[in-house]
Amino acid sequence: MKRRESLKYIAASALASATLAAGCKPGEKKEEAAKEAFKPGVHRYEDELQELKALENMPKFFNEHEIATITILGDIIIPKDAVSGSASEAKVPDFIEFTVKDQPKFQVPMRGGLKWLDMFCLKKFNKSFKDCSEQQRIEVVDLIAYPERAKGKSELTQGVAFFSTIRDLTATGFYTSEMGVKDLGYAGNKPNQWNGVPDDVLKQYGMAYTPRELEVCLSFDA
Amino acid sequence: MAKADFSSPNVLIYPALKTGKLEVIADAMAREVITDDNGKATGVSYVSKEDMLEYQVDGRVVILAASACETARLLLNSKSQRHPNGLANSSNVVGKYLQDSNGTAMGGYLPELFGRKRYNEDGVGGMHVYTPWWLDNKKLDFPRGYHIEYWGGFGQPAYGFGMGMQGINGKYAVNGKKKEAGGYGASLKEDQRYFYGANVGMAGRGEAVAFEHNKCEIDPNTVDKYGIPVLRFDVTQSDHEIKQAKHMKETFREMMHNMGAVITWGDDGTPENKYGLDKPGYIIHEAGTARMGDNAKTSALNKWSQAHDCNNLFCVDGSQFTSQADKNITWTILALSMRASEYIIDEMKKQNL
Repeated sequence: MKRRESLKYIAASALASATLAAGCKPGEKKEEAAKEAFKPGVHRYEDELQELKALENMPKFFNEHEIATITILGDIIIPKDAVSGSASEAKVPDFIEFTVKDQPKFQVPMRGGLKWLDMFCLKKFNKSFKDCSEQQRIEVVDLIAYPERAKGKSELTQGVAFFSTIRDLTATGFYTSEMGVKDLGYAGNKPNQWNGVPDDVLKQYGMAYTPRELEVCLSFDA
Repeated sequence: MAKADFSSPNVLIYPALKTGKLEVIADAMAREVITDDNGKATGVSYVSKEDMLEYQVDGRVVILAASACETARLLLNSKSQRHPNGLANSSNVVGKYLQDSNGTAMGGYLPELFGRKRYNEDGVGGMHVYTPWWLDNKKLDFPRGYHIEYWGGFGQPAYGFGMGMQGINGKYAVNGKKKEAGGYGASLKEDQRYFYGANVGMAGRGEAVAFEHNKCEIDPNTVDKYGIPVLRFDVTQSDHEIKQAKHMKETFREMMHNMGAVITWGDDGTPENKYGLDKPGYIIHEAGTARMGDNAKTSALNKWSQAHDCNNLFCVDGSQFTSQADKNITWTILALSMRASEYIIDEMKKQNL
Protein backbone atom coordinates (compact mmCIF):
# COMPACT_ATOMS: atom_id res chain seq x y z
CA MET A 1 0.00 0.00 0.00
CA LYS A 2 1.31 3.37 -0.93
CA ARG A 3 0.45 6.93 -0.14
CA ARG A 4 -3.21 7.71 -0.10
CA GLU A 5 -4.66 9.80 -2.85
CA SER A 6 -7.12 11.47 -0.59
CA LEU A 7 -5.64 14.18 1.51
CA LYS A 8 -7.51 16.17 4.05
CA TYR A 9 -5.16 19.03 4.07
CA ILE A 10 -7.42 21.57 5.62
CA ALA A 11 -7.92 19.21 8.51
CA ALA A 12 -4.36 19.95 9.46
CA SER A 13 -5.67 23.15 10.88
CA ALA A 14 -7.33 22.77 14.21
CA LEU A 15 -9.30 25.89 13.43
CA ALA A 16 -11.07 24.32 10.52
CA SER A 17 -11.53 20.82 11.82
CA ALA A 18 -14.94 21.33 13.40
CA THR A 19 -16.62 22.12 10.13
CA LEU A 20 -14.81 19.38 8.26
CA ALA A 21 -15.87 16.93 10.88
CA ALA A 22 -19.38 17.31 9.54
CA GLY A 23 -18.29 15.03 6.74
CA CYS A 24 -16.88 17.08 3.89
CA LYS A 25 -14.85 14.84 1.65
CA PRO A 26 -11.58 16.30 0.44
CA GLY A 27 -11.83 18.14 -2.81
CA GLU A 28 -15.53 18.73 -2.62
CA LYS A 29 -17.19 21.50 -0.69
CA LYS A 30 -13.78 22.91 0.10
CA GLU A 31 -14.98 26.43 -0.42
CA GLU A 32 -17.99 26.04 1.79
CA ALA A 33 -15.80 24.50 4.43
CA ALA A 34 -13.41 27.43 4.29
CA LYS A 35 -16.30 29.87 4.53
CA GLU A 36 -17.75 27.95 7.47
CA ALA A 37 -14.43 28.03 9.24
CA PHE A 38 -14.44 31.84 9.20
CA LYS A 39 -17.91 32.12 10.71
CA PRO A 40 -17.79 33.63 14.18
CA GLY A 41 -19.28 31.59 16.98
CA VAL A 42 -18.51 28.75 19.30
CA HIS A 43 -15.84 26.44 17.99
CA ARG A 44 -15.99 22.77 18.87
CA TYR A 45 -13.76 19.91 17.86
CA GLU A 46 -15.21 16.72 16.46
CA ASP A 47 -14.79 14.78 19.69
CA GLU A 48 -16.38 17.63 21.64
CA LEU A 49 -19.34 17.68 19.27
CA GLN A 50 -19.76 13.96 19.72
CA GLU A 51 -19.62 14.32 23.47
CA LEU A 52 -22.17 17.12 23.42
CA LYS A 53 -24.47 15.08 21.24
CA ALA A 54 -24.13 12.09 23.54
CA LEU A 55 -25.01 14.32 26.50
CA GLU A 56 -28.03 15.75 24.71
CA ASN A 57 -29.25 12.27 23.92
CA MET A 58 -29.00 11.09 27.51
CA PRO A 59 -32.30 10.74 29.34
CA LYS A 60 -33.06 13.46 31.87
CA PHE A 61 -31.14 12.91 35.08
CA PHE A 62 -33.34 14.89 37.45
CA ASN A 63 -37.02 14.07 37.78
CA GLU A 64 -39.66 16.81 37.79
CA HIS A 65 -39.72 17.11 41.57
CA GLU A 66 -35.93 17.42 41.72
CA ILE A 67 -35.71 20.02 38.98
CA ALA A 68 -38.52 22.04 40.60
CA THR A 69 -36.57 21.97 43.89
CA ILE A 70 -33.37 23.00 42.08
CA THR A 71 -35.24 25.89 40.47
CA ILE A 72 -36.59 27.14 43.81
CA LEU A 73 -33.19 26.81 45.51
CA GLY A 74 -31.44 28.47 42.56
CA ASP A 75 -33.70 31.50 42.77
CA ILE A 76 -33.11 31.75 46.51
CA ILE A 77 -29.34 31.69 45.87
CA ILE A 78 -29.44 34.08 42.90
CA PRO A 79 -32.69 36.11 42.99
CA LYS A 80 -33.60 38.92 40.63
CA ASP A 81 -32.30 42.26 41.86
CA ALA A 82 -31.85 45.78 40.52
CA VAL A 83 -28.87 44.76 38.38
CA SER A 84 -29.85 41.42 36.86
CA GLY A 85 -32.37 38.60 36.77
CA SER A 86 -32.63 35.35 38.67
CA ALA A 87 -30.91 32.00 38.30
CA SER A 88 -33.95 30.47 36.58
CA GLU A 89 -34.16 33.43 34.17
CA ALA A 90 -30.57 32.63 33.21
CA LYS A 91 -31.57 28.95 32.72
CA VAL A 92 -29.40 27.74 35.59
CA PRO A 93 -31.54 24.59 36.16
CA ASP A 94 -30.72 23.52 32.56
CA PHE A 95 -27.06 24.20 33.27
CA ILE A 96 -27.16 22.01 36.37
CA GLU A 97 -28.95 19.22 34.47
CA PHE A 98 -26.19 19.43 31.85
CA THR A 99 -23.38 19.60 34.39
CA VAL A 100 -24.34 16.48 36.32
CA LYS A 101 -24.26 14.56 33.02
CA ASP A 102 -21.02 16.21 31.96
CA GLN A 103 -19.44 15.61 35.37
CA PRO A 104 -21.07 12.52 36.88
CA LYS A 105 -19.23 13.12 40.18
CA PHE A 106 -22.02 15.60 40.97
CA GLN A 107 -24.84 13.08 40.51
CA VAL A 108 -24.82 11.40 43.92
CA PRO A 109 -24.14 14.58 45.94
CA MET A 110 -26.93 16.41 44.11
CA ARG A 111 -29.55 13.65 44.15
CA GLY A 112 -28.69 12.68 47.72
CA GLY A 113 -28.51 16.31 48.83
CA LEU A 114 -31.96 17.07 47.45
CA LYS A 115 -33.27 13.99 49.23
CA TRP A 116 -31.57 15.08 52.44
CA LEU A 117 -33.28 18.44 52.14
CA ASP A 118 -36.70 16.86 51.63
CA MET A 119 -36.23 14.50 54.57
CA PHE A 120 -35.13 17.41 56.78
CA CYS A 121 -38.21 19.43 55.79
CA LEU A 122 -40.46 16.40 56.20
CA LYS A 123 -39.30 15.95 59.79
CA LYS A 124 -39.53 19.65 60.55
CA PHE A 125 -42.66 20.72 58.65
CA ASN A 126 -44.18 17.45 57.48
CA LYS A 127 -43.73 18.63 53.86
CA SER A 128 -41.10 18.38 51.14
CA PHE A 129 -38.94 21.49 50.60
CA LYS A 130 -40.88 22.33 47.45
CA ASP A 131 -44.19 22.26 49.30
CA CYS A 132 -42.97 24.35 52.21
CA SER A 133 -43.99 28.00 52.51
CA GLU A 134 -41.45 30.61 51.48
CA GLN A 135 -40.85 31.42 55.10
CA GLN A 136 -40.23 27.76 55.98
CA ARG A 137 -37.84 27.36 53.05
CA ILE A 138 -35.77 30.34 54.17
CA GLU A 139 -35.77 29.02 57.71
CA VAL A 140 -34.17 25.79 56.45
CA VAL A 141 -31.79 27.53 54.05
CA ASP A 142 -30.57 29.77 56.86
CA LEU A 143 -29.59 26.65 58.78
CA ILE A 144 -27.39 25.27 55.99
CA ALA A 145 -26.15 28.36 54.09
CA TYR A 146 -23.57 29.46 56.65
CA PRO A 147 -20.88 26.83 57.31
CA GLU A 148 -19.50 28.56 60.42
CA ARG A 149 -22.92 28.80 62.04
CA ALA A 150 -23.60 25.10 61.45
CA LYS A 151 -20.17 23.90 62.51
CA GLY A 152 -20.31 20.89 64.82
CA LYS A 153 -24.06 20.43 64.41
CA SER A 154 -24.10 16.86 63.22
CA GLU A 155 -27.73 17.04 62.08
CA LEU A 156 -26.81 19.85 59.64
CA THR A 157 -23.32 19.23 58.27
CA GLN A 158 -24.40 17.13 55.27
CA GLY A 159 -26.97 19.77 54.42
CA VAL A 160 -24.28 22.45 54.57
CA ALA A 161 -22.11 20.45 52.17
CA PHE A 162 -25.05 20.10 49.78
CA PHE A 163 -25.91 23.77 49.93
CA SER A 164 -22.29 24.73 49.20
CA THR A 165 -22.41 22.45 46.15
CA ILE A 166 -25.63 23.87 44.77
CA ARG A 167 -24.47 27.43 45.57
CA ASP A 168 -21.30 26.71 43.55
CA LEU A 169 -23.22 25.27 40.61
CA THR A 170 -25.84 28.00 40.66
CA ALA A 171 -23.27 30.78 40.89
CA THR A 172 -21.04 29.41 38.14
CA GLY A 173 -24.05 28.71 35.92
CA PHE A 174 -25.40 32.20 36.42
CA TYR A 175 -22.16 34.15 36.06
CA THR A 176 -21.14 32.32 32.90
CA SER A 177 -24.51 33.13 31.29
CA GLU A 178 -24.95 36.27 29.22
CA MET A 179 -27.01 37.79 32.03
CA GLY A 180 -24.36 37.02 34.64
CA VAL A 181 -21.47 38.27 32.52
CA LYS A 182 -23.32 41.58 32.09
CA ASP A 183 -24.03 41.72 35.81
CA LEU A 184 -20.32 41.45 36.58
CA GLY A 185 -19.48 44.10 34.03
CA TYR A 186 -16.96 42.00 32.13
CA ALA A 187 -15.79 44.39 29.41
CA GLY A 188 -13.44 42.26 27.36
CA ASN A 189 -13.76 39.87 24.42
CA LYS A 190 -13.41 42.80 22.05
CA PRO A 191 -10.46 42.07 19.78
CA ASN A 192 -8.41 45.04 18.55
CA GLN A 193 -10.33 47.51 20.69
CA TRP A 194 -8.06 47.86 23.66
CA ASN A 195 -7.04 51.38 24.53
CA GLY A 196 -5.21 50.63 27.73
CA VAL A 197 -6.23 51.22 31.30
CA PRO A 198 -8.64 54.21 31.55
CA ASP A 199 -7.11 57.50 32.72
CA ASP A 200 -9.16 57.78 35.90
CA VAL A 201 -8.15 54.26 36.94
CA LEU A 202 -4.48 55.03 36.37
CA LYS A 203 -4.83 58.19 38.46
CA GLN A 204 -6.55 56.27 41.24
CA TYR A 205 -3.46 54.05 41.60
CA GLY A 206 -0.96 56.86 41.01
CA MET A 207 0.21 55.57 37.65
CA ALA A 208 0.51 56.93 34.11
CA TYR A 209 1.57 55.82 30.67
CA THR A 210 4.68 57.34 29.13
CA PRO A 211 4.17 59.24 25.84
CA ARG A 212 6.08 56.48 24.07
CA GLU A 213 3.79 53.77 25.51
CA LEU A 214 0.77 55.75 24.40
CA GLU A 215 2.17 56.11 20.90
CA VAL A 216 3.61 52.64 20.34
CA CYS A 217 1.50 50.29 22.45
CA LEU A 218 -1.89 51.87 22.83
CA SER A 219 -2.93 53.21 19.47
CA PHE A 220 -5.26 51.08 17.47
CA ASP A 221 -6.82 51.41 14.07
CA ALA A 222 -10.57 51.50 14.35
CA MET B 1 -10.60 33.38 12.30
CA ALA B 2 -8.53 34.58 15.19
CA LYS B 3 -5.01 35.45 14.16
CA ALA B 4 -2.59 35.08 16.98
CA ASP B 5 0.88 36.46 16.41
CA PHE B 6 2.10 32.93 16.07
CA SER B 7 0.26 29.69 15.52
CA SER B 8 1.43 26.66 13.59
CA PRO B 9 -1.45 26.74 11.07
CA ASN B 10 -1.14 30.44 10.28
CA VAL B 11 2.60 30.86 10.26
CA LEU B 12 3.88 27.46 9.16
CA ILE B 13 1.28 25.19 7.62
CA TYR B 14 -0.88 27.47 5.45
CA PRO B 15 2.08 29.26 3.85
CA ALA B 16 3.76 25.89 3.22
CA LEU B 17 0.56 24.57 1.64
CA LYS B 18 0.49 27.60 -0.64
CA THR B 19 3.78 26.51 -2.21
CA GLY B 20 1.93 23.48 -3.57
CA LYS B 21 4.80 21.29 -2.42
CA LEU B 22 3.29 20.13 0.84
CA GLU B 23 0.79 17.38 1.35
CA VAL B 24 -0.63 16.93 4.81
CA ILE B 25 -1.91 13.53 5.78
CA ALA B 26 -4.15 14.13 8.76
CA ASP B 27 -5.65 11.53 11.11
CA ALA B 28 -2.61 9.34 10.62
CA MET B 29 -0.86 7.62 13.52
CA ALA B 30 2.78 6.91 12.73
CA ARG B 31 3.78 3.34 13.53
CA GLU B 32 7.48 3.23 12.72
CA VAL B 33 10.27 4.61 10.61
CA ILE B 34 11.10 2.18 7.82
CA THR B 35 14.77 1.54 7.06
CA ASP B 36 16.51 -0.38 4.28
CA ASP B 37 19.23 -3.02 4.49
CA ASN B 38 21.86 -0.31 4.78
CA GLY B 39 20.12 1.19 7.77
CA LYS B 40 18.95 4.28 5.87
CA ALA B 41 15.49 5.65 6.54
CA THR B 42 13.18 5.14 3.56
CA GLY B 43 9.85 6.31 4.94
CA VAL B 44 7.24 6.07 7.65
CA SER B 45 4.47 3.54 8.07
CA TYR B 46 1.24 4.69 9.62
CA VAL B 47 -2.27 3.60 10.39
CA SER B 48 -5.17 5.72 9.25
CA LYS B 49 -7.43 6.61 12.14
CA GLU B 50 -10.37 6.71 9.74
CA ASP B 51 -10.23 3.31 8.08
CA MET B 52 -7.73 1.61 10.42
CA LEU B 53 -5.73 0.44 7.39
CA GLU B 54 -1.96 0.48 7.10
CA TYR B 55 -0.18 2.92 4.79
CA GLN B 56 3.33 4.01 4.07
CA VAL B 57 4.95 7.20 2.83
CA ASP B 58 8.41 7.11 1.29
CA GLY B 59 10.96 9.88 1.54
CA ARG B 60 14.54 10.76 0.80
CA VAL B 61 14.77 12.22 4.28
CA VAL B 62 12.63 11.46 7.33
CA ILE B 63 12.13 14.23 9.87
CA LEU B 64 10.42 13.51 13.17
CA ALA B 65 8.61 16.34 14.95
CA ALA B 66 6.27 14.21 16.99
CA SER B 67 7.05 15.78 20.41
CA ALA B 68 9.78 14.50 22.69
CA CYS B 69 8.09 11.39 24.01
CA GLU B 70 6.35 10.33 20.79
CA THR B 71 9.59 10.73 18.87
CA ALA B 72 11.32 8.46 21.38
CA ARG B 73 8.45 6.01 21.05
CA LEU B 74 8.74 5.97 17.26
CA LEU B 75 12.49 5.49 17.37
CA LEU B 76 12.31 2.72 19.95
CA ASN B 77 9.53 1.00 18.01
CA SER B 78 11.56 1.17 14.77
CA LYS B 79 13.69 -1.89 15.32
CA SER B 80 15.46 -3.61 12.44
CA GLN B 81 18.47 -5.80 11.83
CA ARG B 82 20.63 -2.72 11.38
CA HIS B 83 19.03 -0.95 14.33
CA PRO B 84 18.31 -3.73 16.83
CA ASN B 85 18.04 -1.35 19.79
CA GLY B 86 15.60 0.93 18.00
CA LEU B 87 16.48 3.51 15.37
CA ALA B 88 19.24 6.03 16.17
CA ASN B 89 19.82 4.29 19.47
CA SER B 90 23.21 2.57 19.34
CA SER B 91 24.11 4.95 22.17
CA ASN B 92 21.19 3.62 24.20
CA VAL B 93 20.18 7.16 25.20
CA VAL B 94 16.83 7.34 23.36
CA GLY B 95 14.08 7.89 25.93
CA LYS B 96 16.55 8.89 28.62
CA TYR B 97 17.26 12.31 30.12
CA LEU B 98 13.54 13.04 29.96
CA GLN B 99 12.86 16.41 31.58
CA ASP B 100 10.07 18.91 32.08
CA SER B 101 10.03 22.42 33.54
CA ASN B 102 9.66 22.70 37.31
CA GLY B 103 6.40 24.31 38.25
CA THR B 104 4.51 25.50 41.28
CA ALA B 105 2.08 28.35 41.87
CA MET B 106 0.35 30.49 44.48
CA GLY B 107 -2.60 32.86 44.40
CA GLY B 108 -4.99 34.98 46.36
CA TYR B 109 -6.69 38.37 46.48
CA LEU B 110 -5.50 41.90 46.47
CA PRO B 111 -7.94 43.74 48.77
CA GLU B 112 -6.85 47.04 47.26
CA LEU B 113 -8.64 45.92 44.09
CA PHE B 114 -11.96 44.95 45.67
CA GLY B 115 -14.97 46.61 44.05
CA ARG B 116 -12.92 48.45 41.46
CA LYS B 117 -14.06 50.11 38.26
CA ARG B 118 -14.71 47.78 35.30
CA TYR B 119 -12.79 48.02 32.06
CA ASN B 120 -11.42 45.73 29.39
CA GLU B 121 -8.52 43.86 30.94
CA ASP B 122 -8.22 41.00 28.46
CA GLY B 123 -4.63 40.06 27.98
CA VAL B 124 -3.61 40.96 31.51
CA GLY B 125 -4.14 37.48 32.88
CA GLY B 126 -2.79 35.16 30.27
CA MET B 127 0.18 36.88 28.75
CA HIS B 128 3.66 36.19 29.94
CA VAL B 129 4.37 39.28 31.97
CA TYR B 130 7.24 37.77 33.76
CA THR B 131 10.28 38.15 35.95
CA PRO B 132 13.36 36.50 34.46
CA TRP B 133 15.75 34.65 36.75
CA TRP B 134 17.49 37.26 38.87
CA LEU B 135 19.66 35.51 41.48
CA ASP B 136 23.19 34.23 41.82
CA ASN B 137 23.22 30.45 42.26
CA LYS B 138 26.46 30.56 44.26
CA LYS B 139 24.42 31.79 47.20
CA LEU B 140 21.66 29.21 46.76
CA ASP B 141 21.27 25.53 47.54
CA PHE B 142 20.06 24.54 44.07
CA PRO B 143 21.46 24.95 40.56
CA ARG B 144 19.88 26.87 37.69
CA GLY B 145 16.89 29.11 37.94
CA TYR B 146 13.27 29.92 37.24
CA HIS B 147 11.11 32.75 36.03
CA ILE B 148 7.81 33.95 37.45
CA GLU B 149 4.64 34.47 35.42
CA TYR B 150 1.76 36.54 36.77
CA TRP B 151 -1.97 36.66 36.26
CA GLY B 152 -5.07 38.37 37.55
CA GLY B 153 -7.69 40.83 36.41
CA PHE B 154 -11.21 40.96 35.03
CA GLY B 155 -11.06 37.64 33.22
CA GLN B 156 -13.94 36.28 31.19
CA PRO B 157 -16.07 34.22 33.57
CA ALA B 158 -15.76 30.53 32.75
CA TYR B 159 -16.83 27.31 34.45
CA GLY B 160 -15.71 27.50 38.07
CA PHE B 161 -16.29 31.24 38.36
CA GLY B 162 -18.10 32.19 41.55
CA MET B 163 -17.49 28.88 43.27
CA GLY B 164 -16.14 28.64 46.81
CA MET B 165 -17.59 31.97 47.93
CA GLN B 166 -17.91 30.64 51.49
CA GLY B 167 -14.10 30.61 51.65
CA ILE B 168 -13.84 34.31 50.80
CA ASN B 169 -16.84 36.39 51.79
CA GLY B 170 -16.51 35.85 55.53
CA LYS B 171 -12.94 37.09 55.55
CA TYR B 172 -13.30 40.62 54.22
CA ALA B 173 -15.84 43.35 54.73
CA VAL B 174 -17.92 43.77 51.57
CA ASN B 175 -18.57 47.42 50.81
CA GLY B 176 -17.78 48.13 54.44
CA LYS B 177 -20.02 45.40 55.89
CA LYS B 178 -18.64 42.36 57.68
CA LYS B 179 -20.56 39.24 56.63
CA GLU B 180 -20.91 35.65 57.62
CA ALA B 181 -19.14 33.16 55.33
CA GLY B 182 -21.51 31.55 52.82
CA GLY B 183 -24.96 33.01 52.38
CA TYR B 184 -27.25 33.49 49.43
CA GLY B 185 -29.51 35.97 47.68
CA ALA B 186 -28.90 39.63 46.89
CA SER B 187 -26.07 39.63 49.41
CA LEU B 188 -24.29 36.82 47.51
CA LYS B 189 -24.67 38.73 44.25
CA GLU B 190 -23.12 41.77 45.90
CA ASP B 191 -20.18 39.63 47.05
CA GLN B 192 -19.60 38.19 43.57
CA ARG B 193 -19.41 41.70 42.10
CA TYR B 194 -17.20 42.98 44.91
CA PHE B 195 -14.52 40.26 44.65
CA TYR B 196 -14.49 40.09 40.84
CA GLY B 197 -11.20 41.16 39.33
CA ALA B 198 -9.26 41.24 42.60
CA ASN B 199 -7.54 37.88 42.22
CA VAL B 200 -3.81 37.72 41.67
CA GLY B 201 -1.50 34.78 41.24
CA MET B 202 1.90 33.72 40.07
CA ALA B 203 3.60 30.58 38.85
CA GLY B 204 7.24 29.62 38.70
CA ARG B 205 8.70 27.78 35.75
CA GLY B 206 12.16 26.48 36.40
CA GLU B 207 14.92 24.49 34.83
CA ALA B 208 15.11 20.85 35.89
CA VAL B 209 18.40 19.01 35.87
CA ALA B 210 18.45 16.25 33.25
CA PHE B 211 19.33 12.81 34.57
CA GLU B 212 19.96 9.64 32.60
CA HIS B 213 17.75 7.65 34.97
CA ASN B 214 14.71 9.81 34.18
CA LYS B 215 13.28 8.04 31.19
CA CYS B 216 10.48 6.76 29.03
CA GLU B 217 10.78 3.32 27.49
CA ILE B 218 8.64 0.87 25.58
CA ASP B 219 6.21 -0.96 27.86
CA PRO B 220 6.80 -4.64 27.06
CA ASN B 221 3.19 -5.59 27.84
CA THR B 222 0.96 -2.83 26.51
CA VAL B 223 -0.14 -1.57 23.11
CA ASP B 224 -2.52 1.23 22.11
CA LYS B 225 -5.67 0.68 20.05
CA TYR B 226 -3.59 0.64 16.87
CA GLY B 227 -1.44 -2.17 18.23
CA ILE B 228 1.53 0.14 18.69
CA PRO B 229 3.57 -0.49 21.86
CA VAL B 230 3.14 2.39 24.30
CA LEU B 231 5.62 4.14 26.54
CA ARG B 232 6.00 3.79 30.26
CA PHE B 233 7.66 6.44 32.36
CA ASP B 234 10.11 6.46 35.23
CA VAL B 235 10.94 9.98 36.37
CA THR B 236 11.97 11.06 39.85
CA GLN B 237 12.45 14.69 40.76
CA SER B 238 15.73 15.31 42.53
CA ASP B 239 16.62 17.52 45.48
CA HIS B 240 17.59 20.24 43.01
CA GLU B 241 14.03 20.47 41.79
CA ILE B 242 12.50 20.26 45.25
CA LYS B 243 14.77 22.95 46.66
CA GLN B 244 13.95 25.16 43.71
CA ALA B 245 10.22 24.70 44.36
CA LYS B 246 10.79 25.62 48.02
CA HIS B 247 12.55 28.78 46.89
CA MET B 248 9.68 29.58 44.53
CA LYS B 249 7.13 29.27 47.32
CA GLU B 250 9.19 31.48 49.62
CA THR B 251 9.58 34.09 46.91
CA PHE B 252 5.87 34.05 46.02
CA ARG B 253 4.87 34.38 49.67
CA GLU B 254 7.17 37.35 50.12
CA MET B 255 5.86 39.05 46.98
CA MET B 256 2.22 38.44 47.88
CA HIS B 257 2.87 39.77 51.35
CA ASN B 258 4.70 42.86 50.13
CA MET B 259 2.02 43.77 47.63
CA GLY B 260 -0.60 43.48 50.34
CA ALA B 261 -2.29 40.40 48.90
CA VAL B 262 -4.05 37.71 50.89
CA ILE B 263 -2.95 34.21 49.91
CA THR B 264 -5.89 31.83 49.48
CA TRP B 265 -4.19 28.87 47.84
CA GLY B 266 -0.79 27.40 47.06
CA ASP B 267 0.91 28.33 50.33
CA ASP B 268 0.92 24.75 51.53
CA GLY B 269 4.50 23.73 50.73
CA THR B 270 6.05 21.09 52.97
CA PRO B 271 8.96 18.70 52.48
CA GLU B 272 6.35 15.92 52.24
CA ASN B 273 4.55 17.45 49.25
CA LYS B 274 7.83 18.61 47.66
CA TYR B 275 6.75 22.20 48.27
CA GLY B 276 3.92 21.87 45.79
CA LEU B 277 6.24 20.96 42.92
CA ASP B 278 4.06 19.87 40.01
CA LYS B 279 4.43 16.30 38.85
CA PRO B 280 6.82 15.67 35.96
CA GLY B 281 4.92 16.17 32.71
CA TYR B 282 2.41 18.63 34.15
CA ILE B 283 4.08 21.68 32.61
CA ILE B 284 4.14 19.91 29.20
CA HIS B 285 7.65 21.02 28.29
CA GLU B 286 8.94 17.49 27.78
CA ALA B 287 12.40 17.33 26.25
CA GLY B 288 15.66 15.42 26.18
CA THR B 289 14.71 11.96 24.87
CA ALA B 290 17.03 11.97 21.82
CA ARG B 291 19.69 14.38 22.96
CA MET B 292 22.17 15.92 20.58
CA GLY B 293 25.92 15.87 21.06
CA ASP B 294 29.23 15.40 19.26
CA ASN B 295 29.86 11.99 20.77
CA ALA B 296 27.84 9.24 19.07
CA LYS B 297 28.31 7.03 22.11
CA THR B 298 26.48 9.41 24.44
CA SER B 299 23.99 11.15 22.16
CA ALA B 300 21.43 10.21 19.51
CA LEU B 301 21.71 13.27 17.25
CA ASN B 302 24.54 15.49 16.07
CA LYS B 303 24.47 19.27 16.24
CA TRP B 304 22.31 19.42 13.09
CA SER B 305 19.53 17.37 14.71
CA GLN B 306 20.68 14.51 12.47
CA ALA B 307 20.88 10.95 13.80
CA HIS B 308 24.44 9.72 14.30
CA ASP B 309 23.36 6.23 13.21
CA CYS B 310 21.21 7.22 10.22
CA ASN B 311 22.19 10.32 8.30
CA ASN B 312 18.85 10.88 6.56
CA LEU B 313 16.87 10.90 9.82
CA PHE B 314 16.30 14.13 11.76
CA CYS B 315 14.46 14.87 15.02
CA VAL B 316 13.45 18.49 15.28
CA ASP B 317 11.21 18.62 18.38
CA GLY B 318 12.01 18.78 22.10
CA SER B 319 13.71 15.38 21.97
CA GLN B 320 16.99 16.90 20.77
CA PHE B 321 17.51 19.10 23.86
CA THR B 322 20.27 18.22 26.29
CA SER B 323 18.85 20.68 28.80
CA GLN B 324 16.26 23.40 28.61
CA ALA B 325 16.20 26.92 29.93
CA ASP B 326 13.45 27.92 32.35
CA LYS B 327 11.49 29.60 29.55
CA ASN B 328 9.22 27.64 27.22
CA ILE B 329 11.02 25.46 24.70
CA THR B 330 8.88 26.20 21.63
CA TRP B 331 10.93 29.07 20.23
CA THR B 332 14.13 27.06 20.54
CA ILE B 333 12.43 24.14 18.81
CA LEU B 334 11.49 26.48 15.94
CA ALA B 335 15.02 27.85 15.71
CA LEU B 336 16.59 24.40 15.72
CA SER B 337 14.06 23.21 13.13
CA MET B 338 14.93 26.07 10.83
CA ARG B 339 18.62 25.37 11.33
CA ALA B 340 18.14 21.68 10.57
CA SER B 341 16.03 22.53 7.49
CA GLU B 342 18.73 24.76 6.08
CA TYR B 343 21.29 22.05 6.74
CA ILE B 344 19.14 19.47 4.96
CA ILE B 345 18.78 21.70 1.89
CA ASP B 346 22.49 22.31 1.88
CA GLU B 347 23.31 18.62 2.22
CA MET B 348 20.85 17.73 -0.52
CA LYS B 349 22.50 20.26 -2.84
CA LYS B 350 25.85 18.67 -2.06
CA GLN B 351 24.23 15.30 -2.76
CA ASN B 352 25.13 14.04 0.68
CA LEU B 353 21.51 13.22 1.32
